[in-house]
Amino acid sequence: MSQSQPSTNRPMSPHLQVYRWQITMTLSILHRATGVALTFGAFALVAWLAAVAAGPEAFATAQACLHSPVGAVLAFGWSFSLYYHLCNGIRHLVWDAGSGYSMKGLYTGGYIVVAVSVLLTAVTWAVLLGGAA
Amino acid sequence: MSMQSPLSRAKGLGSAKEGLHHWIVQRFTGIALVPLSLWFMWAMVCLAGAEHAEVVAWMKSPANAVSLCLFVGVALYHSALGVQVVLEDYISHEGFRMVKMIGQKFVHYFLAALGIFCVLQVAFGA
Repeated sequence: MSQSQPSTNRPMSPHLQVYRWQITMTLSILHRATGVALTFGAFALVAWLAAVAAGPEAFATAQACLHSPVGAVLAFGWSFSLYYHLCNGIRHLVWDAGSGYSMKGLYTGGYIVVAVSVLLTAVTWAVLLGGAA
Repeated sequence: MSMQSPLSRAKGLGSAKEGLHHWIVQRFTGIALVPLSLWFMWAMVCLAGAEHAEVVAWMKSPANAVSLCLFVGVALYHSALGVQVVLEDYISHEGFRMVKMIGQKFVHYFLAALGIFCVLQVAFGA
């Protein structure tokens, strides 16, 4: 009798290309993508704090970076990422508590997460741009 | 010679007893970040367009300084846990993965220490 090697012939998961597109998988991918984006956002936050600690000149440079077109796009992206990751994180906590697993629950929760994170981002930037005007 | 299949033998060994801690701490830090990150966004909106002196005055308030230190520390810890999972998923070469894993932890803990130090320097500064 030879040694069996069950691991080699087993199907591996997940093969993304065999799945029909679904909103749930997009939200799942987006959770990870926003998480990685927020890692770089956290690095930028530390740089900003270092600029505050370094003094008015470094702070002025940091603020200039933040108000440049690239800085503004990044800040917008990070704000949406934070709100999305926060809302979807709460969705994950609901799953961890053992509920929200029905097909209807998965979709309803997903749409609520998207709506709330878009709303929070819109309110944040409305206040920011309204205050600057 | 054992009649067990390799899979059955591996199952009998149980887990490495490490994953549960990672899972729970990821949730704990996530729960802590719900109020902390909402507070942080609110604070950033309030501070938008502020002068250096205003930001310094804001950071000298004990409530703000403590919240900011907590936010920086917990967010970077949560980030380190998340990046660890991403690296585990996408890097198959074990040695390279280990190097990246140790590297990302060092970067996260260094930045957490630096961020908290900067807040304290401003808070306790003249």
